[in-house]
Amino acid sequence: MPDAKGVLVLGEASGGELSSGSQELLAAARKVAQALGEEVAIGLLGSSLDVPSQRAIAFGADRVYAVNHPLLAQYHPDLYLAAAAALCKDTNPRIVLISRSLQGRELGPRLAFRLGVGLAQDCLEVSIDPATKRLLANRPVYGGNAIAVISCNGTPNIAALRPKAYEPLPPDSARQGQVVSFPVELNAAMARSRVVSVVKEEAKGVKLEEARVVVSGGRGLGGPEPFKDLEVLAKLLGGAVGASRAAVDSGWVPSSHQVGLTGKSITPDLYITVAISGASQHLAGCSGAKVIVAINKDAEANIFKEARYGVVGDWKKVLTAFTETVRELTQG
Amino acid sequence: MALKIAVLVKQVVDPEMPAAAFRIDPGAKRVVPPPNIPPVVNGFDENAVEAALRIKDAPGVAQGSTVTAISMGATFALDVMKKPLSMGADELVLLQDNAFDNTADSFFTAQVLVAAIKKLGGFDLIICGRQASDWDNAQVPLGVAELLGLACVALGKKVEVQGAKIVVERLIPDGYEVVEASLPALVTVSNELGQPRYPTLRGIMAATRKRPTIWSAADLGLQPAQLQPQITLHSLFVPTRSKVCEFVEGDDEADRGRKLALKLREAKLI
Ligand SMILES: Cc1cc2nc3c(=O)[nH]c(=O)nc-3n(C[C@H](O)[C@H](O)[C@H](O)COP(=O)(O)OP(=O)(O)OC[C@H]3O[C@@H](n4cnc5c(N)ncnc54)[C@H](O)[C@@H]3O)c2cc1C
Ligand SMILES: Nc1ncnc2c1ncn2[C@@H]1O[C@H](COP(=O)(O)O)[C@@H](O)[C@H]1O
Repeated sequence: MPDAKGVLVLGEASGGELSSGSQELLAAARKVAQALGEEVAIGLLGSSLDVPSQRAIAFGADRVYAVNHPLLAQYHPDLYLAAAAALCKDTNPRIVLISRSLQGRELGPRLAFRLGVGLAQDCLEVSIDPATKRLLANRPVYGGNAIAVISCNGTPNIAALRPKAYEPLPPDSARQGQVVSFPVELNAAMARSRVVSVVKEEAKGVKLEEARVVVSGGRGLGGPEPFKDLEVLAKLLGGAVGASRAAVDSGWVPSSHQVGLTGKSITPDLYITVAISGASQHLAGCSGAKVIVAINKDAEANIFKEARYGVVGDWKKVLTAFTETVRELTQG
Repeated sequence: MALKIAVLVKQVVDPEMPAAAFRIDPGAKRVVPPPNIPPVVNGFDENAVEAALRIKDAPGVAQGSTVTAISMGATFALDVMKKPLSMGADELVLLQDNAFDNTADSFFTAQVLVAAIKKLGGFDLIICGRQASDWDNAQVPLGVAELLGLACVALGKKVEVQGAKIVVERLIPDGYEVVEASLPALVTVSNELGQPRYPTLRGIMAATRKRPTIWSAADLGLQPAQLQPQITLHSLFVPTRSKVCEFVEGDDEADRGRKLALKLREAKLI
């Protein structure tokens, strides 16, 4: 077997679009490929891959493996896994990058196990160790309280990157790349589970992940009612409402509002936290916010270590006056 | 059909300890367990125990199922690890060996757990937490499923057995999907499953009397060559925070609230 070579990105291209996570992976891949002096390839799985393939080249891929198969039209972990494993075995990459998206968090580890190697999970930064040419990964552990620098001992080195850890490169439609079709043999019996139905919770207003302003509430609000006040404020600011896990676990808001390590990762320009203590697991989901504002009655609360602006006091009194003033300022 | 259910539970340092109590020994590249804060059963694994007990308790096909809690580690706080028993699990199997001193390497952990699962004759259903709150790896269950060739459904908020299949409500970012798989299968659960039950006095008494099965690497027939690490840890450190918070001053809370709005306006944030 020839030596493993190059960086393989496992992209996502559902609905005929290259996902934002895949664009981020290509930026990271270009960086490590440059350090190695090797190529960036991307594997795209699906049934309509022409547009995403061209986009992938514009965002940094030198080569696209288009894995077209009718059974890949919809994501299924077992089928995608079989296709991804076949691609890795055949192309023998040195490094494999995958997004820790909803898909990737399931596909990445299973792929690693199927190939008999470890996986660096949830990485914020990847680089190449010049001495060994192995991938070095920085990843938060202990809920974000610590950072571990790790590498994988097997080949390929597989890393799952935290969404939004990398910015996509500016797309260049003049970039040249090659699209290669990669045939796989799949059959429906490989799928060991079946999605019977999907239940979506109607999100009203702006989506949490896309909001420019997010107002989040925590346990200190004391009940579900105050979330109405947060909604009023969020609406004035054209933003969305988030919550800590404590507020979700108390049943005050649906879990789709949870911000944090096991909730949503958000990167708003302005993040206003109300009665949230700022546990590391909460901060893990909002440390990408440009400016954090904290309202908390405890001046020692951890949230003030991450916040740019803080107000110490009872949330109700602070928020009422704050919202009133915001109304005056924004509505003239 | 009464099922054989396994729940995989990990002992972890208390993730809700005060931030100030969190210390790292950089030389040893490990977290220093805070002296007055005992370890805990990983929170999501308590959810997993709860999911198993709900299946065992529910009237219907799986009533009378047995629940075996399995844990791997180098050392255990026995009173902590007996919690699944006091909640109502039937058996506790501790895989304990100095060679199992490993929090980081999911591949390693999954191999050891799989050896124990095989030695126990296999299970119809294996339930795990979505991730362990030390390394937040979220990998071991996927590895166990992969090594055993089982169907795998991650991020359950409800797990039911219907005939020879499981039906799982699986979390997605804006709701959930209902997924079915034939048994044997592996499921991971999240806190959205709901509060784990509190041990009853009777449960605690019963747990005191129960002795865990304790197996070493040798008992599992694991050779050192099978336990090669797949991950190298180069360093572990606490990230430095460089942010300085500007506290908004004012006559009273309302005044501070007003001034905050003005400040954010000035900074063109609103
Ligand atoms: C593995 C794992 C994953 C986790 N994932 C997440 C996650 O994704 N998201 C998340 O948020 N958490 C997560 N957590 C939980 C996290 O550790 C904290 O428990 C949680 O964030 C605390 O929520 P909180 O700040 O609302 O509550 P608390 O920590 O109880 O804080 C409440 C705050 O409200 C303040 N307060 C009380 N009354 C008032 C008042 N009248 N006016 C003003 N302030 C007041 C208090 O001073 C306090 O600071 C996770 C934990 C684990 C172990
Ligand atoms: N050492 C261990 N012993 C038993 N179960 C474990 C162990 N490590 C991980 N698990 C199981 O795997 C889940 C995910 O762990 P991890 O992949 O380490 O984040 C946990 O919630 C447990 O159910």
